Amino acid sequence: MARIGVFICHCGENISATVDVAKVAEEAAKMPGVAYAMDYKYMCSDPGQTKIIEAIKEHKLTGIVVGACSPRMHEATFRKAAEKGGINPFLCEIANLREQVSWVHPRTEATTRKAIDIVRTIVNKVSKDTPLFPIKVPVTKTALVIGGGIAGIQAALDIANAGHQVIMVEKSPSIGGHMSQLSETFPTLDCSQCILTPRMVEVAQHPNITLHTFAEVESVSGFVGNFDVKVRLKARSVDMSKCTGCGTCWQKCPSKKIPDEFNAGLSYRTAIYSPFPQAVPNKPVIDRANCNYFQKGKCGICKKVCPAGAIDYEMEDEIIDIKVGAIVTATGFDIKHTDFFPEYGYGEFKDVIDGLQFERLASASGPTSGEIRRPSDGKIPEKIVFLACSGSRDKAKGIEYCSKICCMYTAKHAMLYKHKHHEGNAYVFYMDIRSAGKNYDEFVRRAIEEDDVHYIRGRVSRIYEKDGKLIVKGVDTLMNAEPVEIEADMVVLATAVVANPDAESVAQKMHISYDKHHFFAEAHPKLRPVETNTAGIMLAGACQTAKDIPDTVSQASAAASKIMGLFSSDEMTREPVVAVVNRCMPPLFTTCTGCLLCLEVCPYHAIEREEIKDRRTGEILKVAAKVNAGLCQGCGTCVAFCRNKSIDLQGFSNQQMLSEVVALLNKPF
Amino acid sequence: MKVGFYPGCSLEGSSKEYSKSLFAVSEKCGITLEEIKDWSCCGASAAHSLNHDLSIALPARTLALAEKQGLSEIVIPCAACYGRLAASQQAILNDKAILEKTEKYIDMAFTGNVQLLTVFEFLQKYIFPVADQYIVDKLNQKTACYYGCLLARPKDLTKLERPENPMEMEKVMEKAGATPIDWAFKTECCGAGFSMSRTDLVAKLSGRILEDAAERGADSIIVACPMCHSNLDLRRPEIKKQLKKDINIPVLFITQALGLSMGISAKELGLDKHFVPTGKAVSCIVKKEA
Repeated sequence: MARIGVFICHCGENISATVDVAKVAEEAAKMPGVAYAMDYKYMCSDPGQTKIIEAIKEHKLTGIVVGACSPRMHEATFRKAAEKGGINPFLCEIANLREQVSWVHPRTEATTRKAIDIVRTIVNKVSKDTPLFPIKVPVTKTALVIGGGIAGIQAALDIANAGHQVIMVEKSPSIGGHMSQLSETFPTLDCSQCILTPRMVEVAQHPNITLHTFAEVESVSGFVGNFDVKVRLKARSVDMSKCTGCGTCWQKCPSKKIPDEFNAGLSYRTAIYSPFPQAVPNKPVIDRANCNYFQKGKCGICKKVCPAGAIDYEMEDEIIDIKVGAIVTATGFDIKHTDFFPEYGYGEFKDVIDGLQFERLASASGPTSGEIRRPSDGKIPEKIVFLACSGSRDKAKGIEYCSKICCMYTAKHAMLYKHKHHEGNAYVFYMDIRSAGKNYDEFVRRAIEEDDVHYIRGRVSRIYEKDGKLIVKGVDTLMNAEPVEIEADMVVLATAVVANPDAESVAQKMHISYDKHHFFAEAHPKLRPVETNTAGIMLAGACQTAKDIPDTVSQASAAASKIMGLFSSDEMTREPVVAVVNRCMPPLFTTCTGCLLCLEVCPYHAIEREEIKDRRTGEILKVAAKVNAGLCQGCGTCVAFCRNKSIDLQGFSNQQMLSEVVALLNKPF
Repeated sequence: MKVGFYPGCSLEGSSKEYSKSLFAVSEKCGITLEEIKDWSCCGASAAHSLNHDLSIALPARTLALAEKQGLSEIVIPCAACYGRLAASQQAILNDKAILEKTEKYIDMAFTGNVQLLTVFEFLQKYIFPVADQYIVDKLNQKTACYYGCLLARPKDLTKLERPENPMEMEKVMEKAGATPIDWAFKTECCGAGFSMSRTDLVAKLSGRILEDAAERGADSIIVACPMCHSNLDLRRPEIKKQLKKDINIPVLFITQALGLSMGISAKELGLDKHFVPTGKAVSCIVKKEA
């Protein structure tokens, strides 16, 4: 006979304010199989756990039910307590009385009744539970870092410096990401490239880091500690081992009118190109979509002029298989472009630019060598209007969130302009100034007070062109809501930070979740901000949400430390919630008939065909399915498909599930 | 071909020429416009600022009458009327409770199966396919196509692709042999209903519209809303005072301009009804080359 203990938690007032916890404990005590029941203010606290441990010993409990928050929150905590008390941790189960009861219902008798019902189902399940034992799996101590921006670079260096192997995959021809495009960085105005490029070089030269640029992850399978990843090395059309990066090819390439991505479309590049002078690796690729040779079959100039004979038009994409133990997803972000704003001219006015374009104009390595000149006629603008919150915090535009970095970079932009042109006028239209961060508010105040940037609190309804000027129509909500009109030479939109266009497909490849804006979802918004819900896959940088450089670097280091923790032992334990095919005495061996329908439907390829042979003769007696516990993720698809119920999920067996339902129907089973 | 027609108050009064020219162009192209019998006021801005139910019931009554009359499509040339009728139809179709209440008010069944056409949709659907054979003249002038507020917005109702910079009228004008200009005040406010109470404001707002059109060399301004027309045409003396200069660009309804290219006489199109003489626009016209 089972001796089950029931422990009802008040969760401060989270549960007890809505549910009559004493009543629940009282009712639980009467349930069949329950030997002891109690309630307590904080079951998860140290004294709370001690009460569980003592009760197990005192009442000789064989299983326990904790009526508390979601099992996602504290199941592990209570199972550890159960283990300390001397029972198998899998004989401890959670009745979710917070997320499924107190948080979603008012305080009524029915709510308490529901809590009692839930406790009853779990009590009944525990009476059917059997001890389970964790599965040990080896750990591959190599990390994959996807994305070579500052997030990926930081994570890769941290992991590599801890002595582990790192494979970095970057989709563009060079690492560096958006940070390499920036001019100066707030709040110190130090040059972005000056602080970034040494780290880029360090990645390339680090003995523990293998770098694949112009490469993309094709698929990810396996599980924490043992991921199998396919990486597509896109055909560069340039043999990296021969190329010296001399640059003769791109100097001679005749296709010179391709918008330059690195310069945010403000200049042109050639079809064979290296994205920027400090690129790592500084070896070119051929952009086949824009190359005469690939499009028209004629040209071949780069091949003729290459002194190293490195050009290879026949090169094909190559897929490589790698094994890694953990993954850092650091795929970065994108921004909305000016064509997103009908009211600001549908992107048709040349002198209305986005923040990234301004970065390139202000950058010494940019198309104007750092002179701020407007794109239409190259004149130095006498008046620039900056619009913060362009698209962000705007429900009508479908972007409710704050893009976080714009307040700061707009202040920086205005400041950079004023530093270069003291006589010029800079205006900033803003909603609120959000400058929380070390030395951030001081930086904004400096723009306003020392650099004489005119801040106008209000929004801009319209921009139109007239006589070579941009007429900016807005409102100053602090000056009697007066309409304001400014004749500007250039307008900079601090456009919203958005997820990368391919974020959704990346998330699906990785099997990680994402929010409605396609930013990747962390496992817990507060307590697990760098992990995803898929064990072993971490997040770093703006692929999770809009983030500035310090936050990105912090998160990247946090992701790295999580992985170093994972790599600190040679094997790791996994929860034994896996499917098993039943076995019994010969001559039946198992009720499995070997139809192998389960093998077809298993999304993790965890089921294999097993031949049961006569030990002496080697004769095949039966064919059955077998689950590889290392690969099984416990999804239960095979259980649903099994025609004669020969597969069961440990910890969630058909009998256990049924016992919960039966308990709910109020019939002791 | 028969299409239903809802005039609203303006097209029977201050903007008679809008209606006149629409009928003239339709007739030329073999389209018969059938007026909804016993139609009532759309409620305009008065109804929806006083009583929400009334603002839905008034247009609903007209739409129910159109259903009774067997009309499957109606063209609503006035921008404000279109806005009200479309808003009412949408509100009723989206909410069963509103439907039940409204049917009680109007004491008629409402199925909402009448399709509402803006003047652009009407021209696109019925006039465009046959227009080329009737267009005999080339307008041969620079036109500033002016949309104001309600022709372009709200986007849900007007169904325009680019509400901040619409191109619907430009397409019509190009067909009629005019050169539409790119200008900045296409969708700015003309002052609308403040015409009576704050004529000074209307003069300021409409004045800016005229000024931009004039500076960019427009020979005529093309409109498709009675309110816009009245503010830009009728209020010219106040505008002159405001701008301290005389701008004599004529303001034509889109159907008038299109009618001119079809060789319909100025009189038939009601061009004699305007305050600003339209001779300047008419004098530009040349015969279309074969």
